[in-house]
Amino acid sequence: MKKRSSTKPHPLYLPTLYWLVMGVIVLLLAPLFLSEFHIVFVTEIYIMGLFALAFNLLFGYTGLLSFGHAAYFALGAYTTGLILIRVTPSIPLAFLVGFATATLAAWIIGFLCVRLDEIYFAMLTLAFGMMIHTVIWQWDSLTGGADGLVGIPRPHFLSIDLSSITAYYYFTLIVVGICAAILWIITRSPFGLTLKSIRENHERVEYLGLNMKRYRLIAFVISGFFSGVAGALFGPFEMAIAPETAFWTKSAEPVFMSLVGGMHIFLAPLAGAGIFMFLKEIISGYTEYWMFPLGAILIILVIFLRGGIIGFIHEKLLAIRGLD
Amino acid sequence: MTFFILASGLTLVFGVLRILNLAHGSLFMLGAYFSYQVTVWLGNFWFAILFAPLICAGIGVILERVLLRSVYNIDVHFQLLLTFGLILVLEDFAKFVWGVAYKTVSEPDLLKGIVPMLGTGYPRYNLFVILVGILVGIAVWLLLAKTRVGKMVRAASSDREMASGSGINVPRLYTLVFAFGAWLAGLAGVMAAPLRSITMDLGGRTIVEAFAVVVIGGLGSIPGALLGSIILGQLNAFGIVYLSRFEMAFMYILMAIVLLIRPRGLIVKEAV
Repeated sequence: MKKRSSTKPHPLYLPTLYWLVMGVIVLLLAPLFLSEFHIVFVTEIYIMGLFALAFNLLFGYTGLLSFGHAAYFALGAYTTGLILIRVTPSIPLAFLVGFATATLAAWIIGFLCVRLDEIYFAMLTLAFGMMIHTVIWQWDSLTGGADGLVGIPRPHFLSIDLSSITAYYYFTLIVVGICAAILWIITRSPFGLTLKSIRENHERVEYLGLNMKRYRLIAFVISGFFSGVAGALFGPFEMAIAPETAFWTKSAEPVFMSLVGGMHIFLAPLAGAGIFMFLKEIISGYTEYWMFPLGAILIILVIFLRGGIIGFIHEKLLAIRGLD
Repeated sequence: MTFFILASGLTLVFGVLRILNLAHGSLFMLGAYFSYQVTVWLGNFWFAILFAPLICAGIGVILERVLLRSVYNIDVHFQLLLTFGLILVLEDFAKFVWGVAYKTVSEPDLLKGIVPMLGTGYPRYNLFVILVGILVGIAVWLLLAKTRVGKMVRAASSDREMASGSGINVPRLYTLVFAFGAWLAGLAGVMAAPLRSITMDLGGRTIVEAFAVVVIGGLGSIPGALLGSIILGQLNAFGIVYLSRFEMAFMYILMAIVLLIRPRGLIVKEAV
């Protein structure tokens, strides 16, 4: 076993590292060259990308399709926003409470949901997601109801003024970067491998004596936590939250991103988020009918290219290097 | 009762094709828009009842032939995503054709007014909808239980290969069932049109409610759809009386409880 690990690194590994470093440098320098409009745009990609990564831990790695993930995103966003507006404009406190709320909800809901499979799992997560949407929609006095929560401040954090979009860009980049790194480590750990084996054949995993439901629950909670982080970033970013954030069609966005990017490659959902936002932006620049092309792309992907766009490129690259 | 018509189409398609059609609500929305269009063109709501569901069925045939056919044998997740893509496409289609402003259809003169009943009044149109719902229920039951096609549908839903082996043209049957499901969705849309304003986001909003109905009764079961829609009707009525603001949450709570305790619904039945 030892011998194996001391052999040459995986041929794809070094170039990947190289591209990663280059990528980080580009992202760090990007605000110097971008207009304010584009900085806002890229920041939103990071936030949605984190949401997609968190979702994909459950979808691509564990094989569970949640149709209620907007709930944890919205809970993170609303709680953070409410603390910032009503209690104290303190980023650490607001974020911590936001994360905690999303995680707690994911823990309770996940505990109930992981018993079911496939369509029944999707339906149950949908039911819980819509429950949370209804509560947010109806609880006017707390959440602002249909009008949403407006006027979320972007206070100082570690004596940095986050009210400028460039500052918030870096703040988001760092938070999303840390979260992505943690998620990456999780997927590479024995725990992550167990999740993959649950995806492939959960009955066999149970025969091996592993507590399948517990693994699923932990994956669900982690996924909910990071969705909450994405939501917490989103509230102060938009400075307002609409109740549609919790509606079930919002839950379908990370599904779209994961699928477009490729659900079996770690960073692909992030790229999928970029593609999604980019398409939406470009198409809505030309016409108000942006859903039609997005829907058509989704249908084409499902029928012809289920590995996603990044997955397809990755496969071709492997083939070129003779690593099929 | 519109919910029963809508849900029975959804549950029938799931029972036979094993596809949970997220775009079923969008066909409902199209049915409502078509009824508006037909009423505008022909000036008569009765024509809308006749034509609008038929147009939906036609769209159903195209969707099944062109799209669904290629995903029967793949992962359920992708089937859900395909039909989700359809929601987006159909919603923008409605926006393109009818614009963003909401539309209304008024009931025919014959069905206007209030019928005095049990000491209180009841709108005549609502009674008509209930009547249509009952007729649809009976018709679907007769179709499935008493006719040759119904027998073939039941055979295909319990064992696709076996049915195909015994000489049933299963692909054609699937098209037929999906078209019928779309017809039911369209009919529900026409029935609902005079009761509410027609908007493009009707599809996404209705489908979750239809899911709740279908899940509570049992996916793939027509009597289940009936039971589910009755329970939800009662729940909504009581919710409005006692806890008006959270009445919608009740529905999802009930849906969750049923899924947890009896994932296959209150009425368990193998075939449709």
